[in-house]
Amino acid sequence: MELKMIFNFIFRRKPHRHSDSSALADLPVGVRAIVQELQLDHPIAEHLMNLGFIPGLEVSVERSGPGGDPRVYRVEGTEVAIRRELSRHIHVSLVGAPAFGD
Amino acid sequence: MSCHTVARAEDPPAASSRRTVAVVGPPNSGKTTLYNRLTGLRQKVGNFPGVTVEHHIGYLRDANGDEVALIDLPGIYSLVPRSEDERVAVDVLHGAMPGMPRPDGVIVVLNSNNLNTHLVLAARVIALGLPTLVLLNMADELHKQNGAVDVLALARQLGTAVALVSATTGLGLEAVTNFLAASSPAPEPLELPVLGSTRSVREWAVRASENANYRRPATPVWTTRLDNIFLHRTWGPVIFAGVVIAVFQMIFVAGKPLQDLLQRFLDATGAWVGPMMPDGLLRSLVINGVWKGTGSVLVFLPQILLLFLVIGILEDSGYLARAAVIADRTMSRVGLNGKSFIPLLSAYACAVPAIMATRTIESKRDRLATILIAPFMTCSARLPVYTMVIAAFLPSQPVLGPFLNTRAAAMLGLYVLGFLMAVLTARLLKSTVLKSKDAPFILEMPPYRWPRLSSLGMRLVDRGKAFLYRAGTVIMLVSLLLWAATNFPMHNGQPPAIQDSVVASVGHAIEPVIRPLGFDWKIGVGLVTSLAAREVIIATLGTLNGIDVASHSLDLQNALLHELTLPGAVALLVFFAFAMQCMSTLAVVRRETNSWKWPAVQFAYMTVVAYVAAFAAYRIAGYFIH
Repeated sequence: MELKMIFNFIFRRKPHRHSDSSALADLPVGVRAIVQELQLDHPIAEHLMNLGFIPGLEVSVERSGPGGDPRVYRVEGTEVAIRRELSRHIHVSLVGAPAFGD
Repeated sequence: MSCHTVARAEDPPAASSRRTVAVVGPPNSGKTTLYNRLTGLRQKVGNFPGVTVEHHIGYLRDANGDEVALIDLPGIYSLVPRSEDERVAVDVLHGAMPGMPRPDGVIVVLNSNNLNTHLVLAARVIALGLPTLVLLNMADELHKQNGAVDVLALARQLGTAVALVSATTGLGLEAVTNFLAASSPAPEPLELPVLGSTRSVREWAVRASENANYRRPATPVWTTRLDNIFLHRTWGPVIFAGVVIAVFQMIFVAGKPLQDLLQRFLDATGAWVGPMMPDGLLRSLVINGVWKGTGSVLVFLPQILLLFLVIGILEDSGYLARAAVIADRTMSRVGLNGKSFIPLLSAYACAVPAIMATRTIESKRDRLATILIAPFMTCSARLPVYTMVIAAFLPSQPVLGPFLNTRAAAMLGLYVLGFLMAVLTARLLKSTVLKSKDAPFILEMPPYRWPRLSSLGMRLVDRGKAFLYRAGTVIMLVSLLLWAATNFPMHNGQPPAIQDSVVASVGHAIEPVIRPLGFDWKIGVGLVTSLAAREVIIATLGTLNGIDVASHSLDLQNALLHELTLPGAVALLVFFAFAMQCMSTLAVVRRETNSWKWPAVQFAYMTVVAYVAAFAAYRIAGYFIH
């Protein structure tokens, strides 16, 4: 799994699209997905990328804050809390069938 | 071979003059702990000209025994000058910061547990072409969680010296003194994708760490377990409330008595030293000017140190980030984020430590907004004034049976009034000048760790020093000015009665302005002297009426009844709820924003709000009472 991701990442392979991309904010807790696109202003997108939200990398929804917002996401070794107003603009695709060999 | 061996090219002989080396790293890389470990107490705080960003300069001896100056730059993620922090770091590294020579070398501190992400910054820094040492910090956690990295291989990938270190255990830190002793060559130009996008640099970082056999450590189990509790739907807020109450109690229950004790000690020493000096102006200057001034600086220290101890524990343990997540939903309603909660809460004790505590807020605009609204919170210095005026004018009658009487209700009302004005001001600021579309709530959640005593201690020393040197001098100066205003002009070498002093003239001069609020010149004098601290107005009114407040507070209440009408008393309470009657707060705001602009804006805004509100209160109360 890990190796496959790195492979996809390095060779810029589009990860397998399970369905149309959805917003990170809409994913339930516990689900993993691949970052597709950050539809955000440059400084914010850049900041998120510096934290690890880079298209092609895996992100998982770790937990929800007590009120349901903000929620905590994990990218590689980093856990980041983001409000829904922002995660709504992070487009992801669900981790589905094998990404290469198909 | 041990894993923290430094891999470096040939060492040329060390330079003789003192060199400066900059320390950079992302937030949560343990940079500050490492910096404190290296320089210890041999550091001082400074501000770069024209910006709010603070830096430390510390000194240590390299392996040859030569002294090197280490500059601690703000925590940054990249060298794209986006925020003020990053602009400062980039300017310093390029030698473009006025008054600071280009550093002779750079130490990049990364979290070894998060290498792929953090190597992106390292690539950007290495590309600057300065001699660079890359430190992979938190090696103890890396090893504990079964992670690994080959530093020699990574050094080959980066073309710079690399060492695996732990700031908490001290592991591998000799790499730093060795690096400083050697004028290492600039890194060989590598095929670093330095000009590329963050994505391409990140791809390079993944390859580099792959080639260095980097094994990412497992997520610490305890962090997940603790988050299951601390961010639990029901238990999370319950624990949060418990922590909040504990912080509040700590400052009020432990801080206030400590402050009173210190005040009594200072008064006692003043009373003890006083008679040893000849009676006259000099004695008055020393005892009532210098010593009182010193006292009004020192009394803040217990609260500041206590608050920073608590916040230090919360921050170092990792709980502060969780608390911010929990408080965020509520705070977002007024346009602020969760990190403003603890500073605003501590403003109920005193705005001075609260404003110093805002430095945990990363967003500059949110931090400024928090600083600007904090003094509206009902601080403990307002309580004596409220108590005195309410007791003088309001008979105690039950309102809600035995639970609430009129006096307590009035007090509660003043708390609510301050809070509402803070919320209103926050809304106003966040929808106009401090709109922060560019800085939304994005918060990295560090793993839980045990706070270290040494790190807590360093923070207390640092904050205490910063307050005493920077804010203390301003407070001292204003205290001396106030002393001079009450002791001049002299008559036959004797200081005047307060009625004939400069401060009384000021009171008379502002009387026409405050007359519409129902205040006479004596209240005016009280408003001026209360700049030293709000409760000073009580002592001043006592002196003006020839009453010893300590023993005859009832007499002062009676005197107040003659001084003020009931509408005037209401106006006075409202004025104190809103006005910035505190030079110490202004001094700290100046210190934290590194300019006179914001304290001036704040003073003007709060005074106008207080004046208008007091005027309205005077008129409305007058209408109902007649």
